[in-house]
Amino acid sequence: MPKKNKLFRFRAPFHLVKRNDMRWWQALLFRLGAVVVGLLLMCLVLWIMVNANPAAVFSNLVSGCFGSQRRTWVTFRKMALLLGVGLALIPAFRMRFWNLGGNGQILMGDLAAIMCMYFCGAAGWPNWAIILLMIPSAILAGAIWGVIPAIFKAFFNTNESLFTLMMNYIAAGLVTIFLGAVVTSGSGTLPMQEAGHFVSIGGNDYLLVILIIAAVLAFIYVYLRFSKHGYELEVVGDSENTAKYIGINVRWSVVRTMALSGALCGLIGLLLAGAMDYTITADSAQNMGFTAIMVAWLAKFDPFAMLGTSFLIAFLDNGMASGVQRAFGITNNSIGQIVIGIVYFCIIAVEFFINYRIRRNHPTLDVSVNAEKGGK
Amino acid sequence: MKKHLNFVVLVLAAATLAGCNNTGSSSGDSAASTTLKAGLITLHDENSTYDKNFIDAFKAACAKKGVTPVIQTGVPEGNECYTQAADMADHGCNFVFADSFGHEDHMIRAAREFPNVQFSHASGQKAHTLKLANFHNAFASIYEGRYLAGVAAGLKLQAMIEAKPETSTNIGYVGAYPFAEVISGYTSFYLGVRSVVKKATMTVTFTNEWYDETKEKTSAENLIENYHCSIISQHADSWGAPTVCENATVPNVTYNGSTESKCPKTYLISSRINWEPYFEHCFDQLANKGTIETDYTGELGSTLYDGSVALTAPGKVAAVANTEEKLNDVAAKLRAGTLHVFDTSSFTVSGDNVTSNVTVDAEGHVTSYKADVDPDTANTADTEVVEKDSNGKSYIAESTKRSAPYFQLHIDGITRIDNTKQN
Repeated sequence: MPKKNKLFRFRAPFHLVKRNDMRWWQALLFRLGAVVVGLLLMCLVLWIMVNANPAAVFSNLVSGCFGSQRRTWVTFRKMALLLGVGLALIPAFRMRFWNLGGNGQILMGDLAAIMCMYFCGAAGWPNWAIILLMIPSAILAGAIWGVIPAIFKAFFNTNESLFTLMMNYIAAGLVTIFLGAVVTSGSGTLPMQEAGHFVSIGGNDYLLVILIIAAVLAFIYVYLRFSKHGYELEVVGDSENTAKYIGINVRWSVVRTMALSGALCGLIGLLLAGAMDYTITADSAQNMGFTAIMVAWLAKFDPFAMLGTSFLIAFLDNGMASGVQRAFGITNNSIGQIVIGIVYFCIIAVEFFINYRIRRNHPTLDVSVNAEKGGK
Repeated sequence: MKKHLNFVVLVLAAATLAGCNNTGSSSGDSAASTTLKAGLITLHDENSTYDKNFIDAFKAACAKKGVTPVIQTGVPEGNECYTQAADMADHGCNFVFADSFGHEDHMIRAAREFPNVQFSHASGQKAHTLKLANFHNAFASIYEGRYLAGVAAGLKLQAMIEAKPETSTNIGYVGAYPFAEVISGYTSFYLGVRSVVKKATMTVTFTNEWYDETKEKTSAENLIENYHCSIISQHADSWGAPTVCENATVPNVTYNGSTESKCPKTYLISSRINWEPYFEHCFDQLANKGTIETDYTGELGSTLYDGSVALTAPGKVAAVANTEEKLNDVAAKLRAGTLHVFDTSSFTVSGDNVTSNVTVDAEGHVTSYKADVDPDTANTADTEVVEKDSNGKSYIAESTKRSAPYFQLHIDGITRIDNTKQN
């Protein structure tokens, strides 16, 4: 047999087999292993680039996140914000509507809230009234920014990825126009607003954000798992025709889901404006709309698994910035980004090994025979 | 199954080993409490010429004075600036400095929370009216440096005209925002050029970003192609404009440091604020338990290169041979106070540019100018800045009422392109 096929068939030394037999704990071990391998590679790169002692890299990574009470709160707040954006994205993602416009939707919520703070603050409104106006304005602004591409998708079948992406730039442009209009000194920097600050819970600046995101987590879990809407958007995602056949209004589902997605992004913008920055720049969303895609994807759109993925990203980011970069005097941000990228790569790559098994080809056996055996 | 286990065991072993290494190591943050510790917060990182200028000076001053440096790069102008400043104070920094204009309010917030830590901020405007004992501003009379760089550019332009009479006398400037710091900078640069080439004109364009390599590139290209600019300078932080100039062989006057390494053919000269004297001042005051100046304005040094306002050596290829000699003459006059950059007899203001806070005589020379010096939301023109020296020469006193620039006049000879009409 092998002799006969020699001329016609290239024989690779291995082949891939889809695996279905991995248990959840095995998959988890693989993923943890990937994180560890990623961290080891990161140490290697840092050792080569800045002669960093791997042990010190690890300890600084941890101390950058948890080295003080403040750092711990900052890490958990960052995790909460990423989780919040991830939660905003998954209803759309489950519907296979690829919302890449998180940044723009956050920024529009942020802008609406800042405009309330700026204009109502100047008009001398009481703080509670400003906050009462900020909440619906920000959520509505985010929702509108989500609904516009949804309407075009639902009625004209435009490409939602490109559309939402473009909306990010328009949102950033609107922020720049706003800053140009109200900042008369020409510096493009809006001073910190004094009115419309959210309350801090017991003097803690971080808890409010974390609690609000916890409530969003509970809401999204219930919405996706137990509500009719949650079921409908999954059906639309799986097959539009099935959805139509069983009487789901597909267009309405798309628009409604994106309104929710945008509204939740707007909520994140509201938190940035009222509980954190009190000012706005075109970069205020800090690319969370994109980072959260990774949060959502790595967790396979599962709200609770996103607790883990958002923590991982917050841990790496803060540990790298406040811990490792500072300790080793790294003043080139590209180095930090490269090593974090290496860890992400390992985490993403391991999904391949969870889904496929690599089988070595037996030197004397034919591939097809081998595949039959392995495939079983 | 067994194969998986092998893999898992390997991974776990690696993790355990890594864990073992961990014990006994000390965090890089811990330092002896006897030495001073100082923090620097920068908006971008060393890839931005603006931030690199701070980082280098900070490291040098720390090394010289035996201070432990803590540097955090890439800190946006929001909550994160406050968080990082507070975190540095948490971790024993005695002094925290932030480098970007938008950091100011967040630094003030941290200063209020940590009264025993000194906070300072570059290009800020609020310290002189805020009266917060541990919050300071610092800048330098960089308009003098810009003027000197302008003289070097003027010499080059003159040489270009002599070599080729049809050379355009228009020069170009890529600005960030139409903001006092930028306006003061390009006006003093232009006056420097015009002190050599009388008929020189300048076209200014704004990117409306402090750091945007693409916009800075396209702006420089636009100035060269559509406005026939013979020389380009910029007040923006990326390598965008210098790179375009090198490719088009248009001489370039840079800011915040020499670009000769990457642009050897076209680098003329660079002016910059050298932050080392200021950091040294702060560290000395901290060590002696003295007080840091509330609003520090750095000045020209004894040579062209060692003051707070400093130049870098003229380009070997592009600059005119006797540049350094000429600049030393001009700098001596500036130091002696016999020459003023904003000498009111050297420029005119006309038409709509004569705003309600400005008065001019029949020839268009400014006789009175109220500038916005004290910070307030309405940007009130609050302080008269036209002064007379002992010889009776009238000039606009820049960076004396506060360290950050406040000169905002639109003088004749400079055209500003409306950015919205540009593609």
